[in-house]
Amino acid sequence: MPPFPKKWLIVLLVLGFGIPLLNPLMPDVVSSYRLFLVSTMIIAAIAVLGLNLLTGFNGQISLGHGAFYAVGAYAAAILMDQYDVPYYATLPIAAVICFVVGYLFGQPALKLEGHYLALATFALALSVPQILKYKWLEGITGGVQGIVLSKPEPPFGLPLSEDQWLYYYCFIVMVILFWISHNILNSRSGRAMMAIRDYPIAADTMGINLRLYKTVTFGISAAITGIAGALSASAIAFVAPDSFNIFLSIKFLIGLVVGGIGSLAGCVVGGIFYVLVDNSAQALSTFIKNDLGLQFDLSAYTVFGILLIALMYMMPMGIVGGVYAAMRSLRRGSKGPAPSERPAVAASKPAASRQGH
Amino acid sequence: MKKTNRRTFVAGVSAAALLTSRSVAFAQKKYDDGASDTEIKIGHTNPYSGPASSYGVIGKTLQAYWKSVNEAGGINGRKINFISLDDGYSPPKTVECIRQLVEQDKVLCTFNTLGTPCNTAIHKYMNSKKVPQLYVATGASKWGDPKHFPWTMGFQPDYHTEGVIYAKHLLANVKDPKIAVIMQNDDYGKDYWEGFKEGLGKDASKVVKHVTYETTDPTVDSQVIQLKDSGANVFFVIAIPKFAAQAMRKAGDIGWKPTIYLNNVSASVASAMKPAGFENVQGVMTAAYLMDPTDKQWDSHPDMKTWVDWMKKHNPGGSLSDASNVFAYAVATLMHETLKKCGDNLTRENLMRQAANFQKWKLPLALPGITVSTSPTDFYPIQAVQLARFKGETWELFGDIMHAESS
Repeated sequence: MPPFPKKWLIVLLVLGFGIPLLNPLMPDVVSSYRLFLVSTMIIAAIAVLGLNLLTGFNGQISLGHGAFYAVGAYAAAILMDQYDVPYYATLPIAAVICFVVGYLFGQPALKLEGHYLALATFALALSVPQILKYKWLEGITGGVQGIVLSKPEPPFGLPLSEDQWLYYYCFIVMVILFWISHNILNSRSGRAMMAIRDYPIAADTMGINLRLYKTVTFGISAAITGIAGALSASAIAFVAPDSFNIFLSIKFLIGLVVGGIGSLAGCVVGGIFYVLVDNSAQALSTFIKNDLGLQFDLSAYTVFGILLIALMYMMPMGIVGGVYAAMRSLRRGSKGPAPSERPAVAASKPAASRQGH
Repeated sequence: MKKTNRRTFVAGVSAAALLTSRSVAFAQKKYDDGASDTEIKIGHTNPYSGPASSYGVIGKTLQAYWKSVNEAGGINGRKINFISLDDGYSPPKTVECIRQLVEQDKVLCTFNTLGTPCNTAIHKYMNSKKVPQLYVATGASKWGDPKHFPWTMGFQPDYHTEGVIYAKHLLANVKDPKIAVIMQNDDYGKDYWEGFKEGLGKDASKVVKHVTYETTDPTVDSQVIQLKDSGANVFFVIAIPKFAAQAMRKAGDIGWKPTIYLNNVSASVASAMKPAGFENVQGVMTAAYLMDPTDKQWDSHPDMKTWVDWMKKHNPGGSLSDASNVFAYAVATLMHETLKKCGDNLTRENLMRQAANFQKWKLPLALPGITVSTSPTDFYPIQAVQLARFKGETWELFGDIMHAESS
């Protein structure tokens, strides 16, 4: 993965912090609703980041990250509802709970590879809504009724609206989590994770403890997705088993594949993509029906499907991978291959061939 | 500031007088967001995709209804702009859709948003924004709470009340009851079950067996066998049509002949009674409030005739045997009437005032004698049901219309 250019990162951070402040000045352009929508995109991006650490960087496929998202959301909701824990304090607790759940689930997952692991995680995602409804847990989970919460209030008397504060809350958490992930991936452990993905036997021979790395990665991945779940509990101010159906896990996977497997920037793109498509699919469907006169009932998933097929043909490495490839070929066309580009291309090759499976 | 001389003072006063007199003349025309001289915007969420997409027919019939209203000239000269969004029965998505409707599209109110969890997710939001959340499509009992949620109103008789009615009828009519219950394991099932237990009161111990099923189960055969083995002589079925039919058929097949109470949700002749086998469902009792389109006794009723004509003309894709289409039509006419009563005062406050001001209004397609009544303290539009017994191939209404106050 080529590193994200630093100056662009700073520009994006400044924009991310600055634009919401325009909310009172331009209420139509930077509306509260749009801030809320961007907050949900940020939450989605964090969830996809969790999945990416596991699938993109460690090569373990999960179809069940919605389960960890649900655990995080319920952990936060129960803490706020039953124990009056302030909303910001629920994040680390939810992260720890999800880490433990993910670590434990990682143990049996060690014995499963590829498609089998995907199926096992799929089963996990299917069972979580049922477990939440289970009568022994009903006392704390609220059963099918779910738990109604309050929205986070801006702290220290900051002159921010609820939606502005929610945005900043999510944005700050996202920046911290991406910074942590970036540091993990560029450390010895990160290189070990990727070595396991690319050449497990070689990694084992080099003395990397596969068992430890795989389970801990599972735990970290679950923790990050769990934090996203906890944020969503605050943002929506309501949790119910129906919020965490199997389609949620599938959407994370779509976000991952579309954004770019094994790319941190891809997580953000993926999160934005799936929220956007989910929101505009119906408008597109009505447009096709009323304005083009075609009698098709397009659901969001149909649009997802068509876009996915198209993307797989045009950008098999996801949007971010595709953009990098386009930039590279552009540069090569104008100046010839820059010497610093070459190792990056070579390094991403084996990863690309592995992810083809 | 410039000193005010006499002339400007007089001019100012007369201008003010003119302005106030104008506003008096037009005092009747008042608008909030979403209403204007030409248009009324109404928001709606409904699952058109995902696991609960079978409810999509309700949304489609509602859209057809407002289209037909617009073709006939609208309401008080205003066209209805009905914006229906797909929430896939996922509460977080409902929140997104509703915020889009309220903040971007600026609707006057929402109407018939579907699903208990979905409505729960937006309950607080709608009330803090003071946007009417009218006639929600769920039978939970929490929608009629004007003290805490003055902007939310339900529509149908709640499941809780219906459960109470079955329990009371059973205690009065069945000697030495031993009760078996099958229940769908979700909020809808639990609402019925809580009401039923409340109705039994101290006799709750007469429930000898209580089993549940999930909508993902292939059949409920094993549950019914368990229930028969409990030796029960009363069978209360809290199930959607597919499973209700299975349960009653299985009971007949294994020679179990209890007194059966069937929840209204599954009272459809076409989708529950016929598949269960008419020989197995003779004497089954249910509580109804709307006419069943497959029930032949209504064929010549004027309401039913109007509905059939309307369906053929404006909703040709819709099924004439689907009770959901009757439901959607009935609730849309109530909304239609509410907006008509608002006249030119289309503020959110007035909309709620009119919604809470129905006195025995005759709802099309409601059973004869069942009417809509609301007041500032009563946010349950329909609270009456009538018991019906299955005979031959149709339901036969019996007894009085029963009014029950819940919660």
